[in-house]
Amino acid sequence: MLEIRYVWEIPVRVTHWVNALAIVVLSITGTFIGFPYLIAGVDGGFAMGWIRFIHFVAAYVLTASMLVRIYWMFAGNHHASWRAFIPWRTTEGRRNFSKMLRYYTFTGKQISYEVGHNPVAAVAYAGVFVLIIIQIVGGFALYAQYNPDGMMAAWTAWILTLIDSQWLRLIHHAIMWLLAGFFINHVYSAALMDIKERNGTLSSIFSGYRFIEPKDL
Amino acid sequence: MKNEPVRSEAVGISEEILRKWEAKGVSRRDFIKFCTTMTATLALPLTFAPKIAAALEDKRLPVIWVEYQSCSGDSEAFLRANQPTAAEIILDIISLEYAEVVMAAAGHQAEKSKWDAMEKYKGKYLLIVEGSIPTGEGGVYCTVGGESAVESAKKLIKNAAATITVGTCASYGGLPAAAPNPTTAVGVRDLVPGATIVNLPGCPVNADNLTATLVHFLTFGKLPAVDAIGRPKFAYGKRIHDNCERRAHFDAGQYAESFDDAGHRQGHCLYKLGCKGPEAFHNCPTIRYNEGLSWPVMAGHGCIGCASPGFWDTMSPFYRRLPQVPGFGVEATADKIGLGLVGATAAAFAVHGVASAFRKGDAMESDKVKVEE
Repeated sequence: MLEIRYVWEIPVRVTHWVNALAIVVLSITGTFIGFPYLIAGVDGGFAMGWIRFIHFVAAYVLTASMLVRIYWMFAGNHHASWRAFIPWRTTEGRRNFSKMLRYYTFTGKQISYEVGHNPVAAVAYAGVFVLIIIQIVGGFALYAQYNPDGMMAAWTAWILTLIDSQWLRLIHHAIMWLLAGFFINHVYSAALMDIKERNGTLSSIFSGYRFIEPKDL
Repeated sequence: MKNEPVRSEAVGISEEILRKWEAKGVSRRDFIKFCTTMTATLALPLTFAPKIAAALEDKRLPVIWVEYQSCSGDSEAFLRANQPTAAEIILDIISLEYAEVVMAAAGHQAEKSKWDAMEKYKGKYLLIVEGSIPTGEGGVYCTVGGESAVESAKKLIKNAAATITVGTCASYGGLPAAAPNPTTAVGVRDLVPGATIVNLPGCPVNADNLTATLVHFLTFGKLPAVDAIGRPKFAYGKRIHDNCERRAHFDAGQYAESFDDAGHRQGHCLYKLGCKGPEAFHNCPTIRYNEGLSWPVMAGHGCIGCASPGFWDTMSPFYRRLPQVPGFGVEATADKIGLGLVGATAAAFAVHGVASAFRKGDAMESDKVKVEE
């Protein structure tokens, strides 16, 4: 019999949407900072000033949200746990990963039926988390340059000993494009799985509930 | 009030010192101006001006100025661009024992004066190094009097009280060290790690910063406080972008799009023309070059970050915001490649979506599906 299972707890859903919003805002403002395609008129206003301000505020929001999510990786249920992002830890996880990958590449017929993340998605999310952390740390290293004697510069100084600030900027741009690519992938896959799994995948990130038939697991 | 001499009480420099300088042909106005300018450049309170004046008076610091892989641009900058009479003051406060560009001696005679000076002022002289040092092939790429730059520099640095590197080449390798660095050139800090050294990078070095560093050494007996890469904080502690006279245009969103457009004529920000002010640290906007006359951004050209380590490789292309992506053509920027990647992803998933839509028998829970009337 179908069960209604509470899978995504409130911190998972809230941080998901805060992250999504912050990343969209950061990408739009960041693109403008990298390439100011609109030129202000005679009076100028404070166009770049405001856009940079929004970028930095969104950066702090994303950082706070990521810290909450990382905390919840240890405090939340097993779908929120850090373990859920490394499906290769178990034989079953490895088997389901290849099953899912074969389904995506049209070489297998069956979807790996999961209560939480499917194993391929989980690996992708682990990668995205790493990319976001690189963006946050690298972004703050670049931001800290306004005051080389400050605390933030002291905390991020080690990064600039590893890599020149110009290459760090290049990486900051490149990761934004990777995240943009992930965004397309993520929305598409979520819609696809919503259609194929018939268990409320899309609505679950709003409500937290998914419909599961235990005997099919 | 006419012809009244400049009073020294304002800055507290004693009459006696001023008279001495007047006797040497330096007007008291110029001397006070020099002392206060140096105090300001070193970011010290004005109360230090008398201390500086006193330090200039009673010492004559022996200096050895050597050049290796250099264009003599730093020597030229130092000789040509000074505050009025600073050249005289410099010649009075330091004793230039050896400097290839200005010395009369040549050949073995010159070599002898260098090593004699080293022996005579062992542990007391200040060494100024200009140009990078090639370490490849045992140092054969630069030899003076049969001795490699590596050997000569090591000896001179070891026996010096302190070393000042002038220009980016001596500090970090500079142009000779740019990829592919055929001579394996390095800066002094990489040749002799742990040496008492202060780096004054820039292409060329700013003469005022060099003078201020000398004055600091004379006044306090030690080199000024430095940042993580050995540059004095008084000169390299602030980002160019943050003190730039065009900064208001940056914040306003007003940019020159080409070197001949209306924005450029109106002094708008050079960010889109590849200015590296946002990633470069130097006091150019406040101190400028050539007696405070101008500096690149003031003259209408973007900063190229010449005081940064490896600037030839990392700050280029000079007219673009970001470095070139390795392995792609010259026209490909990071953002063009990124946009292509996103486009390809979207196209791939569109195809995947169409294929998935036609797929049969893969949907879950088909036995529970009930079609509505």
